[in-house]
Amino acid sequence: MAIHTLDITKEHCPMTFVKTKLKLAQIAAGDTLEVLLTEGEPLENVPRSAKEQGYNVLSVEHVEGNVHKVTIQK
Amino acid sequence: MAEQKKLSLIAFSGDFDKLTAVFTLATGAAAVGYEVNIFFTFWGLDAIKQKRGRSFTGGNWLTKLFGFMMGGLSVAPNSRFNFAGIGPQIFRSLMRKNNVATLEELVDAANALGVNLYACEMAMHVLGLEKTDFIPEVKDVLGVASFLNLSEGGQTLFI
Repeated sequence: MAIHTLDITKEHCPMTFVKTKLKLAQIAAGDTLEVLLTEGEPLENVPRSAKEQGYNVLSVEHVEGNVHKVTIQK
Repeated sequence: MAEQKKLSLIAFSGDFDKLTAVFTLATGAAAVGYEVNIFFTFWGLDAIKQKRGRSFTGGNWLTKLFGFMMGGLSVAPNSRFNFAGIGPQIFRSLMRKNNVATLEELVDAANALGVNLYACEMAMHVLGLEKTDFIPEVKDVLGVASFLNLSEGGQTLFI
């Protein structure tokens, strides 16, 4: 099972969600996607919408400053 | 997974800023799992024209002239601060500088996310436009009844 990474810390709404969704669509079922994102809207809603769309949110970890890492399994 | 939520947008305006709102909502909603439908009518049809600049698109001399004056996505005017067409270019450069998606990027994202694009049959008839004048991602040409049927059970916005 491959591990993919996506950095959306420099992105703004709606591209934070758009890039996550498109990346999740690209990877194979069972693969893991690590998303680096910032606090606020992306941190609150990327994991929530991933769950709603049936993906498995494995963890949400604080990296540094306002950056967090959300690990999602397809 | 819960039943899919739905957002339907009526894109009436051909203004750069309002189309930016249309495609921001559409891509954001599609990215968080909504089914999204956009119904383009009147000035809004400019956003889905194959030719993004100015071209004499239309059936007769009058609609061809209108087609030229209305233009496509890349010449869409601002609803405020248009400054004879310079306004949207200033906004585009501000968006790029602040790493915010431009209108063209949002349209590409909407297509990548499978947002459903529809054109209004009546407005097309008035403006002398054919389905072939639009980008191939336009799924169908519809009337009010079909749009209401599509949007039923979801949220609908008129922009």
